[in-house]
Amino acid sequence: MKLNDEEQDILAGKQGPVPQKALQHQIMVGDFFGAADFVPVTQAHIMADTESLGEAGVQWLEALAAEKNGRRRVRIPTITDPRGTDFAKAAFLRHTKAMLTLEERAIAAFVKLGVLMTNTCINYQTVQPATRNEHVAYGDTGVVIYSNSVCGARSNFEGGPSALAAGLTGRTPRYGFHLPDCRRATLHVRVEYTPATLNEWGALGGVIGRLAGNYWAVPVIEGIEGAPGSDALKHFGAAMASFGSTALYHLVGLTPEASRYADVAPAGLPTHRVTRADIEALQQSYHVTDEVDVVVFSAPQLSLLELREVAALCEGRQFKVPLLAITSPQVKPDCDRMGYTEIIETAGGTVLSGMCFYQSYAREMADAHGWKRLATNSAKLVNILGGYGYQPMIASMQACVEAAATGKLK
Amino acid sequence: MSNKVFHAQHAMGRGVRGIALVAKDGFSARYDLDRNAGIFSRPAHKLAGLSYFGKILVLETAKGGVATAWMLHEMHARGVVPLAIVLNSVNPIIAQGAALGDVPLLAGFDADITAAIPNGATVEIDPRQKTVTVIA
Repeated sequence: MKLNDEEQDILAGKQGPVPQKALQHQIMVGDFFGAADFVPVTQAHIMADTESLGEAGVQWLEALAAEKNGRRRVRIPTITDPRGTDFAKAAFLRHTKAMLTLEERAIAAFVKLGVLMTNTCINYQTVQPATRNEHVAYGDTGVVIYSNSVCGARSNFEGGPSALAAGLTGRTPRYGFHLPDCRRATLHVRVEYTPATLNEWGALGGVIGRLAGNYWAVPVIEGIEGAPGSDALKHFGAAMASFGSTALYHLVGLTPEASRYADVAPAGLPTHRVTRADIEALQQSYHVTDEVDVVVFSAPQLSLLELREVAALCEGRQFKVPLLAITSPQVKPDCDRMGYTEIIETAGGTVLSGMCFYQSYAREMADAHGWKRLATNSAKLVNILGGYGYQPMIASMQACVEAAATGKLK
Repeated sequence: MSNKVFHAQHAMGRGVRGIALVAKDGFSARYDLDRNAGIFSRPAHKLAGLSYFGKILVLETAKGGVATAWMLHEMHARGVVPLAIVLNSVNPIIAQGAALGDVPLLAGFDADITAAIPNGATVEIDPRQKTVTVIA
């Protein structure tokens, strides 16, 4: 990679060992992908739950944070994805002291590095959305696909170590979706049914993600009626990224780079049709039982408007099985203030903040609570949780709340 | 019989030799593995129930979220990690994870590498030369 004077100084250790290690890591990745040089970035977003980090990852962070020589703190706004617990509800979750201690150590290290503990995977709804052509280094795949597609920003999937490195150096290797050519569509999808609910939006994203199949594929999508809202596109993109490792899509006439089909699509793209039956089939494939042990609204964290809808459905109900509604630390105070938390928790549910279900020791929670059959309206969550030993099932928000009340998913 | 050599577009890490565990399926440390048990755990995965420890994984593509970027490092620290990973198609996350976790990684071949390498074959990875060699 071509390095400018500042980058050569960083690599030579003139700014200290922390930025030096960060740049060395970035050069390994950049060389792997054939990046010509670095591109400055304005924000970084780090996924670093302690289930992923483990003891080794936390020790790695602590070593960086303990460095006395040179520059140690991030040089651009650097925020965090959900943590591995909600400390206020850790007893309910049955998170162990060892888990909480590991979380506390990771947080202490991040704070020493100057990282802002926002603990959210919906920063584009709650902190600050990236703008068109803004180069950023974002972590959570749902954040990346939303920022690239809906906002027109430029980011690759930046895993925790690389996002932190970008925060520490203020740059990232210029490859992938930082390059205009990589943002051109590679497949054409004609949608013949516009989803009506968030679970359907997620399922549609899952179907398209499976069609796309790999990180470098960029779907250009036609046929969506009306203008989907932010929560719809949140579920749509998060599921597409989860099922397909997809980082960018274009909706013709809706997303900023695709005013017209020809703006993003070369001639002769392969075309796929997606019908309502495809969306229903994906959802049905997960419906293996009518019994439900737990209901979870998460992945991505819920917006205030989603919580409003959950609360309206919970009003006056009494739940037989636990219902978890998980949101960001930015939204939770409003959820409390609007009275939604009280409504949900009076019904027997629990509102959690700053975590996300699958990033919070999902396997250990399953063992501790005896949770296996899980209902959710998140397509992303059902795609993830099979590997954690769950039987995850996707249904509408309304059906999920009903399942919490009856223990049965219709 | 002569050795078969396949050339990758992308490569990083150390040279290693080991037994290939092959499937035309994806890879995500979070979605697909029980990292405590050291096995593929997602029921729908074609390697479900099989141990990945010490194997050279030969798979279709990197899938899923960003957790693999940390998890390969964590798996390496506990010594329960694949010996190397070989993919037809790669995403940034697995490259970032391989860089931190010191797991040799090769990706991008002219042929479908999951069809070209027999399951259980002895293979040699040379990231410097960007080659995978099936030892006859």
